[in-house]
Amino acid sequence: MHKNGIFSLLFHALFVTFIVAPLVVVMAMAFTSKGYLSLPTEGLSLRWFRALADNHEMLDAFALSIKLGLASATIAAVLAIPAALAISRYDFPGRGAVTGFLLSPLMIPSVVLGIAFLRFFSLAQIGGSFWALTLTHVIVVLPYALRLTLASTIGLERDIEQAALSLGASRWTAFYRVVLPRIRTGVVGGWMLAFIQSFDELTMTVFVATPGTTTLPVAMYNQISQTIDPLITAVSTVLIVGTLLLMLILDRMVGLDRVLIGEGK
Amino acid sequence: MATYDAERVGVAPWLLSGPALLVFVALLLAPLLLTAVLSLNLFSDTEGVMPAYSLGNYVEVFKDDYFHEIFLRTGGMALAVTLLCVLLGIPETIIIARMAPRWRSLFLLVVLGPLLISVVVRTLGWAILLGNNGLINDALQALGIIEQPVKMLFTQVGVIIALTHVLVPFMVIAVWATLQRLDLQVEWAGLSLGASRLTVFRRIILPQIMPGVLSGSIIVFALAASAFATPAIIGGRRLKVVATAAYDEFLGTLNWPLGAAIAMLLLLANLIIILGCSKLAERRFKQVFE
Repeated sequence: MHKNGIFSLLFHALFVTFIVAPLVVVMAMAFTSKGYLSLPTEGLSLRWFRALADNHEMLDAFALSIKLGLASATIAAVLAIPAALAISRYDFPGRGAVTGFLLSPLMIPSVVLGIAFLRFFSLAQIGGSFWALTLTHVIVVLPYALRLTLASTIGLERDIEQAALSLGASRWTAFYRVVLPRIRTGVVGGWMLAFIQSFDELTMTVFVATPGTTTLPVAMYNQISQTIDPLITAVSTVLIVGTLLLMLILDRMVGLDRVLIGEGK
Repeated sequence: MATYDAERVGVAPWLLSGPALLVFVALLLAPLLLTAVLSLNLFSDTEGVMPAYSLGNYVEVFKDDYFHEIFLRTGGMALAVTLLCVLLGIPETIIIARMAPRWRSLFLLVVLGPLLISVVVRTLGWAILLGNNGLINDALQALGIIEQPVKMLFTQVGVIIALTHVLVPFMVIAVWATLQRLDLQVEWAGLSLGASRLTVFRRIILPQIMPGVLSGSIIVFALAASAFATPAIIGGRRLKVVATAAYDEFLGTLNWPLGAAIAMLLLLANLIIILGCSKLAERRFKQVFE
């Protein structure tokens, strides 16, 4: 392909500005010394980060979101590994339907999921607990874990595993010592993507979160719908920097293009 | 031996996928079915949800101008967002693909990375930029281009801009995936045979990346039509879309059956668009896919 001309590069510069601008603005405003939303024109200040460190509501929500992400991503990964093995190894009737069913939350609007879970919990009277919330997140993030795990189990040769079995290894040993190490990148990448999706989830959670189970995105959303103050930009800055770090780790480990673009590469 | 093998294949995949399937039946299928049933129930302000069954809620959504406006607005905004994502996403993806490998991976990261950052954070950025005292208005006023601030927050234009920002990475991903399979020689062949750059783009590149553009458009449209956080924050309370209207029925007026009916219609529209368009695109571009 030929090189980019001057117009292409100009377009590119504008596009990148469009993508980055809202994030940069949020981060810049977090360092203001004033009591209201403004650019830090009169020197940088960390006062809003100190205010954040004293804000128990946000800190509790943050801790809950981390716990929720860890729990739901782990459960999703544990469910996704055997499911991926079933889908990639066996040509069984209903294979397409099983795959489609397990990936279907990607096609269902989050609002619809939120409403369905809320209805379900109000009938079953189990809403409001951490584990009820965790299970809803498992449903939402499992497709991400499954997709990346599938990418590494498809095309996996079974010869070494069969050698291990014929040499007397138990099925579990063969899985744990032979199969798992070879699909590790897919499983770990899927786990991390699932964690991020759970951590960021808002729309579905807004319906099922209760005052006792307010996640960070829900707390931020509630705050923003009332008023936008520098505190919320400080929270956002922490999130942006945290996500960037995770992104770098993910890129080193699995390759970010593989995580985001999928098996197409 | 053969029967033993066949038997083993018969049960093993179900044992392996069983735990995930059980969780999905109990916690996805059951709640969705319960919501479908709920959408048939009736609601009264005094009695709450009544265990009667009728299509009354659906009739109300189809008859009421209030809901017509909401559904039309949602569809129109989703269409505008999709169009903008096509117009911005295709050129940008091609430009990135033409870069040297080092720059290519950097800018792919810059463009796709925001997907991993919370939608709330990205929307907050636009709320700050678009406000009457926001940076865009301040800059335009300082430059003397406008005298009074232009209202962008709480308008459709504002929601469309912010949603385009949130969703354009999906278009880049879809186009990128087909661009990887593009045969670069063909472009040179076209140019060396005397075609202009525009002709080469229109007749050679575009047809080849069309499957990606279509699948990207389907994803963007579906996500834009069911978006919640961005329309809620940028659009405000008055500028309702389907998702925020369903939310209001559920948590505001507490008319759960009506909210459930709106949700079912949103789900149905979503599935028709995703599955219908994918089938159509697949058939039309069968040669390109294989």
